[in-house]
Amino acid sequence: MTAPTASPERVAYNEEIVKKFVIAATFFGVVGFIAGTFIAFQLAFPILNLGLEWTTFGRLRPVHTSAVVFAFGGNIMLGTSFYVVQRTCRQTLFGGPTFANLIFWGYQLVIVLAATGYILGITQSKEYAEPEWYVDLLLTVVWVMYLIAFAGTLMTRRESHIYVANWFYLAFILTIAVLHLGNNVAVPVSWTGTKSYIAMTGVQDAMTQWWYGHNAVGFFLTAGFLGLMYYFIPKQAERPVYSYRLSVIHYWSLIFLYIWAGPHHLYYTALPDWTQTLGMAFSVMLWMPSWGGMINGLMTLSGAWHKLRTDPVLRFLVTSVAFYGMSTFEGPAMSIKAVNSLSHYTDWTIGHVHSGALGWVAFVSFGALYFLVPKLWNRERLYSLRMVTWHFWIATIGIVLYITSMWISGIMQGLMWRAYDEYGFLQYSFIETVEAMKPYYIIRATGGLLFVAGALIMVYNFIKTANGELRNELAFEDVPETAQEPAKV
Amino acid sequence: MATHEKDALTGTETTGHEWDGIKELNTPLPRWWLWTFWGSVIWAMGYFIAYPAWPTLSGYTKGVLGYNSRLELGKELEAVKQSRSVWLDKFEKMSVAEVAADQELLTYAMAGGKVIFGDNCAPCHGASGSGNSGYPVLADDDWLWGGTVDDIAQTIRFGIRTDHADTRSNVMPPFVKDELITVEQADQIAGYVMSLSGQGTVPEGDTALFVEHCASCHGQDGKGLSDMGGPNLTDGIWLYGGSKEAVLSQIKAPKSGVMPVWTGRLSDVEIKQVSVYVHSLGGGK
Repeated sequence: MTAPTASPERVAYNEEIVKKFVIAATFFGVVGFIAGTFIAFQLAFPILNLGLEWTTFGRLRPVHTSAVVFAFGGNIMLGTSFYVVQRTCRQTLFGGPTFANLIFWGYQLVIVLAATGYILGITQSKEYAEPEWYVDLLLTVVWVMYLIAFAGTLMTRRESHIYVANWFYLAFILTIAVLHLGNNVAVPVSWTGTKSYIAMTGVQDAMTQWWYGHNAVGFFLTAGFLGLMYYFIPKQAERPVYSYRLSVIHYWSLIFLYIWAGPHHLYYTALPDWTQTLGMAFSVMLWMPSWGGMINGLMTLSGAWHKLRTDPVLRFLVTSVAFYGMSTFEGPAMSIKAVNSLSHYTDWTIGHVHSGALGWVAFVSFGALYFLVPKLWNRERLYSLRMVTWHFWIATIGIVLYITSMWISGIMQGLMWRAYDEYGFLQYSFIETVEAMKPYYIIRATGGLLFVAGALIMVYNFIKTANGELRNELAFEDVPETAQEPAKV
Repeated sequence: MATHEKDALTGTETTGHEWDGIKELNTPLPRWWLWTFWGSVIWAMGYFIAYPAWPTLSGYTKGVLGYNSRLELGKELEAVKQSRSVWLDKFEKMSVAEVAADQELLTYAMAGGKVIFGDNCAPCHGASGSGNSGYPVLADDDWLWGGTVDDIAQTIRFGIRTDHADTRSNVMPPFVKDELITVEQADQIAGYVMSLSGQGTVPEGDTALFVEHCASCHGQDGKGLSDMGGPNLTDGIWLYGGSKEAVLSQIKAPKSGVMPVWTGRLSDVEIKQVSVYVHSLGGGK
């Protein structure tokens, strides 16, 4: 393929499909955040289980996790990948608008079928892979269609090279397909019933589950969202990506190492020692490949740091990368067996997940949404930039409350579980550790409330923006671009 | 062809490509990043040599340190067993009462009993025996089935209203439902019962009703009969609430709880320890 120069011809991008995904992501984001906050309050105040089987923590928890990861995160990934792949390939979406619509509606159907199943108690009891066989099959079909649309656009591209964001998106799509198929091998009891049995048993089943579970984090919430980051940060900062070489090296090292890290979820279990060793070593080696993305994200702002003062959207994007860096350091640290012997099964894990999920995934998504909405609806700018600032600070305080309370609660819980008295008896009973955690559960739930409040401000801002309104507000003070020195790594 | 240009702000060359306005700088890998990455890879290689790591056709590489988590656990459990054996031997030979009388053993039993209580008893009886509605307080001196350490041990061993042959058991009849008394009589008895703990005056002529229907289990004076498990009605301590409505409801259609059999779930030594612990909570006799 000869390298085309920047040609003036206009490509008719399919932006209607991106709009749909943006609306779905915003809607399911709010639903998922509210569900999470509600179950956080249930942990502090069990009466909120309401005495009904459908509203117990056990059934609502997968509603929360699936809503935020697959409904919010998934719609963000599908929507932004369709936007980015078209723009960076200068090609309209492969397969046409009807095909794209089928993908959209098929994916929403998967979400609704999964969520209703959870509430009615239909589950195969695999964490983050709870839907039963019929939903799994439907998702497989939708996912293959998604792969065709994405890869087809790549293959018909009008640029000689494939932009780095698309490598990450493609790794996400392919690996999620493999993980989904591998983890859900099951035999339905009957073709007319919902129940199925997983083909694997015992420790093999557990290992397969966490091979899936950890790489759902690795390839859905890390690789996929790095793809998003690689497009929206340079666009919003209007700066070139910091290092092409770093993007190549950290991409290949990340995807090669991540897939081995699952066993760190199963330390001190029936999992063989050698498997645990591999899980730990690969998790530690994963530290720098993960940080490659952080460096490339942050250093892309070289020469544009002053924009953070006036651009709250860029602030969302950059802060997300900082949270990404923090949680990808915390992750390898927690995967060291000596640390894990304190942290496993405690709230520390929950705090770790949420510093990644709220700080990284949600913030980078908010940044992308704020970028996309005015463009997709053809507006001059967002309705209000000051509301974006409010959203940013309210949500940031919420995250800080969440993760600090879970650090304290988790480490305290771990220490209480392993405290012995002088005779070698456990010092605390389980119920005492639960009582000790209650104040932190309330703080955590309060953090969740703030996060929801921020998201509602965003929704209001989007509705106003889509309606074409502009809030009459003072612009942020602009700082002259002189005297800006690029930072050195 | 791709044109390499210099970025004005950083002085670094671009790779010469552009996608939707995005360019890439050709910055070399940060040295600290590269060296830390190599460092973690070399550390991992060392870890693979030291510990069990790679599967082989017939097993796995054992590692030069000879680490095996199952053996480690076995050693730790053995050490704990060893350190406890001095105590446990004594416990096996002695009765609960003897344990309670020996200061050293008592201290040990209290430490162990607290753990056993926390994991097995606290869900119903509350942490430190503070009780819940329907689940007796264990920190006072009001005992349904006797408060000596032997009584307590027996209750724990065989439970209350269980299937076990030696279970403690009694039934408070549903007086009104079974038409043993009328609603009016139940109301009068409830008033009398309230007066036993000093709430309200004794209604005239109701002593006879109480003696006829209640005294066989609760005693003539209402102070309870622990052999029968008949609760004391004079001390203001109530299992199902102390309002007149609650007392009346307990006469009309009584509730009665079940305490599980702990023999088989707890070892004999553990039952002795937790009995001593419960006995010490506040009101052991």
